[in-house]
Amino acid sequence: MVKLTINGQKVQAEEGITILEAAQDNNIYIPTLCHHEEVTSYGACRLCLVEVTKNGRERLVASCLYEVAEGLKVTTDSERIATNRKMLMELLLARCPNNKAVQDLAHKLGVEKTSFKLDDNDCMLCALCVRVCQEVVGVSAISLVNRGVDRAIATPYFEASNVCIGCGSCAYVCPVDAIKFEEVGDTRHIYWPNNDMEFKLKKCQKCGRYFAPQVQLDYIIKKAGLAPDAFDNCLDCRD
Amino acid sequence: MTTKNKPTKQKVTSILDSYEGDPGMLVAILQDIQAEYNYLPKESLTHISEGLDIPMTQVYSVATFFKAFSLKPRGRHIINVCLGTACHVRGAGRVLEEIGRQLDIKPGETTGDFRFTMETVNCVGACALGPIVVIDGKYSGQMKTDKVKTLLESYD
Amino acid sequence: MAKQSNNRLSSPQELEALRESIIKSRDPSQTCIVICGGTGCLALGAQEVITNFQREIEKGGLEKKLALRITGCPGFCERGPLVVIKPENILYQQVKGEDVVEIVSETVKGKIVDRLLYIDPDTGRKITYEHEVPFYKKQKRLLLGDNSNIDPTDIRDYLALGGYAALGKALSNMSPEGIIAEVKKAGLRGRGGGGFPTATKWETCRNAEGDTRYIICNCDEGDPGAFMDRSLMEGNPHSALEGMVIGAYAIGGHQGYIYVRNEYPLAVKNAQIAIEQAEKLGLLGKNILGSRFDFNVKISRGGGAFVCGESTALMASLEGKVGEPRAKYVHTSEKGLWEQPTNLNNVETWANVPLIIKNGADWYGKIGSQGSKGTKIFSLVGKINNTGLIEVPMGVALKDIIYGIGGGIPDGKKFKAVQTGGPSGGCIPENLLNLPVDFDELDKAGSMMGSGGMIIMDENTCMVDIAKYFVNFLEGESCGKCLPCREGLKRMSQILTDITEGRGKEGDIELLERLSATLIDTSLCALGSTAPNPVLTTLRYFRDEYEAHIKDRRCPAGVCKELVTYSIDKEKCPGCGLCVKACPSEAITDMGKKKPVALDQEKCIKCGACYDVCKLGAVIRK
Repeated sequence: MVKLTINGQKVQAEEGITILEAAQDNNIYIPTLCHHEEVTSYGACRLCLVEVTKNGRERLVASCLYEVAEGLKVTTDSERIATNRKMLMELLLARCPNNKAVQDLAHKLGVEKTSFKLDDNDCMLCALCVRVCQEVVGVSAISLVNRGVDRAIATPYFEASNVCIGCGSCAYVCPVDAIKFEEVGDTRHIYWPNNDMEFKLKKCQKCGRYFAPQVQLDYIIKKAGLAPDAFDNCLDCRD
Repeated sequence: MTTKNKPTKQKVTSILDSYEGDPGMLVAILQDIQAEYNYLPKESLTHISEGLDIPMTQVYSVATFFKAFSLKPRGRHIINVCLGTACHVRGAGRVLEEIGRQLDIKPGETTGDFRFTMETVNCVGACALGPIVVIDGKYSGQMKTDKVKTLLESYD
Repeated sequence: MAKQSNNRLSSPQELEALRESIIKSRDPSQTCIVICGGTGCLALGAQEVITNFQREIEKGGLEKKLALRITGCPGFCERGPLVVIKPENILYQQVKGEDVVEIVSETVKGKIVDRLLYIDPDTGRKITYEHEVPFYKKQKRLLLGDNSNIDPTDIRDYLALGGYAALGKALSNMSPEGIIAEVKKAGLRGRGGGGFPTATKWETCRNAEGDTRYIICNCDEGDPGAFMDRSLMEGNPHSALEGMVIGAYAIGGHQGYIYVRNEYPLAVKNAQIAIEQAEKLGLLGKNILGSRFDFNVKISRGGGAFVCGESTALMASLEGKVGEPRAKYVHTSEKGLWEQPTNLNNVETWANVPLIIKNGADWYGKIGSQGSKGTKIFSLVGKINNTGLIEVPMGVALKDIIYGIGGGIPDGKKFKAVQTGGPSGGCIPENLLNLPVDFDELDKAGSMMGSGGMIIMDENTCMVDIAKYFVNFLEGESCGKCLPCREGLKRMSQILTDITEGRGKEGDIELLERLSATLIDTSLCALGSTAPNPVLTTLRYFRDEYEAHIKDRRCPAGVCKELVTYSIDKEKCPGCGLCVKACPSEAITDMGKKKPVALDQEKCIKCGACYDVCKLGAVIRK
């Protein structure tokens, strides 16, 4: 255990955890966008920046990546941080002005309008979808392509992927609802910011409900070494 | 350097073998593929993904991240106009515009007859002699708008 | 390589014996024609000069009389192609292919080709010898000076000059800790731009946890306008290689990489040859000089990404990933390439190491300023008479560099600013020209020394355009990972473009300043956090130019196209028609003999070709 202070409050934390985790454990709010506990931290949105003082030296660091240390002094809510958060939010709002989740967060951080010309995106390139697909699902069907202002989330060549299993984890984890997921009849549609795909759903032999993409079930069968008929019945109808 | 060769799995494999199948050498591998085919054919990326056992998304991400790579077939002659600061201060922008005007293409584009591809580069390190235009690896220094026509005419 | 030992050298003594035999086999009085074959001179037609010399010497059967050496860059790029006749050091400048026959015939007779000599612009007199040319005389060329004496594709030249003696000394007489102490005492600081104390980095890496340590030489040199590393790697690759081996031994690393940017094919080629030749002699590879220390070096090429000059991005690219930086809360010296302790240094930093080990830290410490020891290579480019590469002790005043060595501003124009530190640096105005150039002094003025690029600007450079240039450059090079850099640079570019195109508005400057503050505070890596520097320094020293663009819709320097009008001065125009021919949009009409031409504003695309081509000042640019 290490002892540190956050906003003057003395806090104890397990060695090896991040400032963000320590803060959350102690109900201290730090805004985040590109962070999710199920995947590795990325440090891209910069909203979680906090001031740390170590050995007399003060700097701004990403709390989702910086590990706690004995004697660390952390500030999560100074004027410097507030000013920076507001500007970051203005930049984000200019990128995604019509996105509800972004508008809500802007409002929460006290930003009602942006000084910049308006674009129109939903995706804010937090790459949570990419990380989930790579680290949790393990197929890496989408990635960050191009560079700089042309950066985008896409499948190779923006075409239908031959490794995507249609599980929808990306849509689930997206913090701003930029990936849409809908099922119509026997087809599941996933709409990414730059292309979309369709997946045929498996029909439960017992109840007739369409319950999961065939490719996803095939993938699970292969990975877990199950029998080919393992998912002939949906999860509700299995004994 | 034309695109008449279709990418073969053998060729790609031999390039992968020359780097001992080391996925860390992906950028170098892509450079060798591009040197062979004048661009990165889609099939070659698939072969690389299989040969190095890395996701296709990783190969595609790297291929689109670095400016050196083209996923579209390029012209017989690659024109690189340096837009480094020293060249900029000496009027490289005008040289770029003039070449673009004469060939009727924008930076990154290829002429309809696949004769030229015009690209920009951020400093080739011959800064004392700017503006610099490099065509097929041959450097021409102290370029001016009125020298462009003669320079381009020498390439078929 | 004719007389090469077939066995790898198994001791420093054997190295010295080889060196002696090489020196003995050479006649120091033999005439040697040295031609610069660096990228710069090649761009000015040096290949034809080289080919012609080869042909003339063969034709005349003069191989025994005239040796030929193709070298790397000696630095006087403005005057290239450069030919030096040794041992006298007669300098011929701006040599063309058709001059070769005469040079050969006169040199054989022991005569000089007067018309190819350099003329000192101050005295009007011709200067015969390279070392008397003011451009060279005022430098201290500890690193670059060897370029003229080395054919980079022949390791024997490097050996003849004493190359690898430092390595021999390090491996046989010094301990790794001793080497680190010597480099620390010398006060060597990184030459890539960061200026971090080199020995401290080495020490951290040596002491870090882990079994594998990697050694990297950063030759990505992304700063536009900088070509110091290119010239070192092209012209004297062994200097950096030797430094790497010494450093690897001190740190305890056995695998090294030289990361060369993709746009430097000649540097890649020469580095590869150097590695092969060093390996053959046992100066690289297994059991170096019989010391039982192994060290291998591979070359890795960049893919065209400025951001890969940043150490974590470089390492990501070496791992086959995109060049995205990561936060450096844990230094790369502890967790770098493949999560192992990694020591990365710039080419010029590595090249300084053999000098320190060979001559000692005391010797080195006498050169330079209090906080910055040694020399620094700078590239002098832009609006300056003597464009090229120079090497001076740290602490020399900017003024002495620009005027004393650089020869001042061409065409009688007035100096306006010098940009140092590339896209991460800033502009320094005239009233600060007495500043000594070293790591700390330039920082205080709001700029930084950076990797050594010095871009000189005159009265016809628009500082707002320069700020826009750098922001656009960085916008194109941003990896796109973090929000402030990716979105912030895009918005800075939009605002600056608006200003330079006549759409600037009240509040734009303040918005740029607020945006800059956030980029500095919140960017993930130094690309983003230093990106505001050119904007902030131009605002600091040239705010009036910004205000002219915004309030008056005027570009005082006459650069920003939308804010500039070209017109014909009817009094001065003799109707010669040069501008008519030069105009790409047929906006100028010939009105008949001896009548001034007519310029149609509607058709004018403001390219400035007429302004450039008119020698009589009859084209007005406002």
